[in-house]
Amino acid sequence: MYDSGKIISGLIIFLIIATAPIWYTAASGGTTKGPEPEIITTEKQCVRDTDYMRHDHMELLNEWRDQVVRGDDRVYTTASGRKFEKSLSNTCMSCHPNKSEFCDRCHNYMGVDPYCWSCHIEPKGGSR
Amino acid sequence: MRAVFSLAVVIILVLIAQVGAGSAGMRYLLGVIIPYIAMAVFLIGMVYRVIKWARSPVPFRIPVTCGQEKSLPWIKSSKLDNPHTTLGVIGRMALEILCFRSLFRNTKTELRKGPTLTYGSSKYLWLGALVFHWSFLIIFIRHFKYFTEPIPSFVLLAQNLDGFFQVGLPIVYITDILILVALTYLLFRRLLDAKLRYISLAGDYIPLFLIGGIAVTGVLMRYFTKTDIVAVKQLAIGLVTFSPVGADVLGQISSIFFIHIFLVSVLFIYFPFSKLVHLGGVFLSPTRNLANNNRMERHVNPWDYPVKVHTYEEWEDEFRDVMKAAGLPLDKE
Repeated sequence: MYDSGKIISGLIIFLIIATAPIWYTAASGGTTKGPEPEIITTEKQCVRDTDYMRHDHMELLNEWRDQVVRGDDRVYTTASGRKFEKSLSNTCMSCHPNKSEFCDRCHNYMGVDPYCWSCHIEPKGGSR
Repeated sequence: MRAVFSLAVVIILVLIAQVGAGSAGMRYLLGVIIPYIAMAVFLIGMVYRVIKWARSPVPFRIPVTCGQEKSLPWIKSSKLDNPHTTLGVIGRMALEILCFRSLFRNTKTELRKGPTLTYGSSKYLWLGALVFHWSFLIIFIRHFKYFTEPIPSFVLLAQNLDGFFQVGLPIVYITDILILVALTYLLFRRLLDAKLRYISLAGDYIPLFLIGGIAVTGVLMRYFTKTDIVAVKQLAIGLVTFSPVGADVLGQISSIFFIHIFLVSVLFIYFPFSKLVHLGGVFLSPTRNLANNNRMERHVNPWDYPVKVHTYEEWEDEFRDVMKAAGLPLDKE
């Protein structure tokens, strides 16, 4: 092999970069345990089913925002016929006031930084 | 034909993953076992290819240059395009790897009416390649969020810059659009030009369709048919901590993710044995990574056979007496 010094150091750098997540996770002690958002409400059913809320809550909130702000359409009727105000602060946060234990758990885990709180006032203290 | 064949290969791969995602055992295969195999093949394959290259000697500096060579002090030399120092070479390599300087000089040759042969500058390939590679790099960096907990700040920075315009919800990443546009251009560049179509091989189309498939499934998962990304991250962390997740987590992930990860695995396996290995090869381009110092330093051909020589001095020593007797002139009395 020619220029073995350069080739081997180049390969070592490549291997370190390629396997970086392994070293990083080993150093930070990451585990496969996912985030556990705390649900503290006594309410049995959210406005949509859990599966939908888990994947698509952001789209629902986005629709609500558009309908309220642009159409003054403030009432949401669930599949079972219950009516709710389309409001993050008043409806969602009345069951889930614990932003830091509910919203933030998954959002931090996935590195998501929603811009809800650039307009809404962030609840103080987290869990009630 | 070669394009159709390549497209068919990728479609078959998608179908395999789609069918496989239906059963729990196959999910484990697609989500855990194949990614491990792919990573091992990729790493070993890359090292093998690079060492194989390094075993071929480069006998002389190959001065394929684009500028004035360093010569007399009053002739201005081109330090980056024709470097004679290591620093200059590092500069040339950096421009090559980060800015694709060689492609920037791409020209097109056309036979026009008349007929006249025309040569012109052609920057589209350079632009398309640059957009594609940089988008790919940023998307690659963004994906570190799945493999790290807590997520390092540079990954979050890349992600936030990528979604800078906050368009749509989930926020549209600029690189998602750019990579699809660039791939479409790079594909149609080959398909629409008869000359390029003629020289394009299946090995040119497969990477385009494969990476295209990865990009499309990624875009679909982010913006259209959602999957449980928390479960995806648990799967990814399980892979890098060598404690793979079980059927409970795998079961929460929708089948499109398995298509995505299967195509990525195939890409990793395919990588070291295809033209994609230019990831490593670009560093070993002899016309780019050698300083043009042929006139300053002697570079000995490494495969020169050690020839047994008999110099004139030795010859004279051997025949001194005879030469002297014959009255022939001698260098050394």
